[in-house]
Amino acid sequence: MKYLDEYRNGPIAAKIVDEIRRVQTRPWVLMEVCGGQTHSIVKHGLDHLLPEGIELVHGPGCPVCVTPLEMIDKAHAIAKKPGVIFCSFGDMLRVPGSDGDLFTIKSQGGDVRVVYSPLDCLKIARSNPDKQVVFFAIGFETTAPANAMLAWRAREEGAKNVSLLVSHVLVPPAMAAILASPENRVQGFLGPGHVCAVMGYSEYEPLSARFKVPIVITGFEPLDILQGTLMTVRQLEEGRAVVENEYSRILNRDGNPTAQKLVASVFDIGDRKWRGIGTIAQSGYRLRREFAEHDAERIFNVDDIDTKEPEACISGQILRGIKKPHDCAAFGTICTPQRPLGATMVSAEGACAAYYTYGRHLEQHRAQLGAAQLVSVESLVGAA
Amino acid sequence: MTAASGEADRDAEVEPADGAPSIMFGSCPIPIFEHKQIVLGHGSGGKLTSELIDTIFRPAFRNPILDKLDDQAVLTIGGARLAFTTDSFVVTPIFFPGGDIGRIAVNGTVNDLAMSGARPLYLSAAFILEEGLATVDLRRVVESMRAAAEEAGVQFVTGDTKVVNRGKGDQIFITTTGIGVIEDGLNISADRARPGDKIILSGFIGDHGMAIMSQRENLEFEGAIESDCASLNGLVASMIATPSEGARDFIHVLRDPTRGGVATTLNEIAKRANVGMMLREQSVPVRESVKGACEILGLDPLYVANEGKLLALVAPEMAEEVLRQMRRHDLGKDAVIIGEVVDEHPGMLLMKTEIGGTRVLDVMFGEQLPRIC
Repeated sequence: MKYLDEYRNGPIAAKIVDEIRRVQTRPWVLMEVCGGQTHSIVKHGLDHLLPEGIELVHGPGCPVCVTPLEMIDKAHAIAKKPGVIFCSFGDMLRVPGSDGDLFTIKSQGGDVRVVYSPLDCLKIARSNPDKQVVFFAIGFETTAPANAMLAWRAREEGAKNVSLLVSHVLVPPAMAAILASPENRVQGFLGPGHVCAVMGYSEYEPLSARFKVPIVITGFEPLDILQGTLMTVRQLEEGRAVVENEYSRILNRDGNPTAQKLVASVFDIGDRKWRGIGTIAQSGYRLRREFAEHDAERIFNVDDIDTKEPEACISGQILRGIKKPHDCAAFGTICTPQRPLGATMVSAEGACAAYYTYGRHLEQHRAQLGAAQLVSVESLVGAA
Repeated sequence: MTAASGEADRDAEVEPADGAPSIMFGSCPIPIFEHKQIVLGHGSGGKLTSELIDTIFRPAFRNPILDKLDDQAVLTIGGARLAFTTDSFVVTPIFFPGGDIGRIAVNGTVNDLAMSGARPLYLSAAFILEEGLATVDLRRVVESMRAAAEEAGVQFVTGDTKVVNRGKGDQIFITTTGIGVIEDGLNISADRARPGDKIILSGFIGDHGMAIMSQRENLEFEGAIESDCASLNGLVASMIATPSEGARDFIHVLRDPTRGGVATTLNEIAKRANVGMMLREQSVPVRESVKGACEILGLDPLYVANEGKLLALVAPEMAEEVLRQMRRHDLGKDAVIIGEVVDEHPGMLLMKTEIGGTRVLDVMFGEQLPRIC
């Protein structure tokens, strides 16, 4: 398929991997920020292509995963109310709150609908004037413009029966939080391509300078990720720490100013809770006061819902790159995509779910291989 | 500049959620919810469907024939081997590019019979109609069933009709039951998969699922994708008739990858026969339009439904012959070998990706959900 197949080319991938192997002199820990990148890495088996010593840890960029339990409980409380049509992106439907998921609420008679564009809510509201249409506006900067457009259009059109339950988070504060943590292991970042398509990458420059860490804004196809890895490793090996753009076919330093303007006119910035991580200051969007009429949290009085995050699972450490899914004893045993215990298992983009779906058996398979076989594989690689 | 810029270099504060996260997992932090009600995923053909069958239906109806869990029961009556199956059809919209509910109601049941190697003979049809359904639509559906039955060489010999109140059904639900006869010497069943078997796929995957998706509200794809809805008994008959120079029983398994798609169907076979499988992503045929629609929605074509494709597990020495034979048939002209049954990783389906990595293809859990980004 045009514009995709070119970026899934095996021989070119092998060349990039060779080049990484050539420039690399020591182990490095890199973090891919986006859930979409994590998904691509495991879907295409990229982590198994990379040379030994390049460790990819999976960042907090899965929007479904980091939406706090409290917001999910609020969403469920609203979706259960009679007279409400609750609209959501598809993969939010299976995310468990304290008591069931949106599928469960649907089976109990709740009107829960999957929308592909937030603006579909306007159509639904027009054909259901006696119903309250609520959109679960989650995600990073990527989904913010489309979500902002819904609020904007709802106000412009006087669609009084349209509201948004907003749980929007921002990437740079989360990266800063990871880097500022004393436990941090991350030495370089594959930056969030789609987020930067909207926001540009100038706001990553102070981060890179302050923490002396290379940030390479990277796309989502296999060759993007391998190339982004190469660019990051090169910087590390050369002792540089700047922002570079691997995804130049899509974005530039300034991003999309029209989208940014729209977002700024609908949302302002405030503290946000992140599932598995906790509250990060100034890390999310809230609806501006002018849009109060379309603020579902206010309309439905769900402010008193204040669910505490369970402390049992290690998803917070996984989201910050301190641990990997295999480090958790619950992984793949009592915690599975069907019965997720925590943030990173709930969405297909979550690190644990991605490992579970695509990599789990491979690890088992490797463990079953005799030591002799592993040694011979290594000697082959060494001889090549 | 943007609302967010300037915030990045500010000190971000992190408060651990409710104390430092613990590595221990003494109690389950998020309640494990056994479903108290049926959810849509129970009908998806994935893990939830199996759960329903294993916890409610099988314990109640248990017997050796049912326990084989093939898509059809094989019965021996008075020396004749019969294949027997039933299927209910609920589709929205009822008319879609490439077919309608009537056509799949015939083809679905004919195909389930054909996957045992049977020659389908007779069908029954039961209709649940919603009050208010336009008779012209019913007529159109029934005409389409007539035509499909004629093409497949089967006859409707009995039936039933019920009408439910408006709002208690979705226009029309159809249940078809079918019976067919299996020739002597054929032994086609999921548990016959053997290491070395070649996995043949009869053509492009994902057409039906994406045709339906693209017709559902709010999805406006350019260039319509057509359902692949077709009866496969003709193709199966020609595969069975592959010139074999004495080789017998070379077709070990036949399955039509409907709900849950190719990945789920192969998983079921791998688990039943306790064998591993290795696919090659590059060999799996997916139309550009289907690939594109899947990319947009974040779906995986390997998990998307087909209504006119089959998977055949064939003894390696006969695989090329069978493939040639399939390609002579209109419904098999794009047939390819997509992988092999292997000794390693029993019960698991692995795939070599285009880029050279390896990934695991698990059973679909519930409904495939469009991803956010």
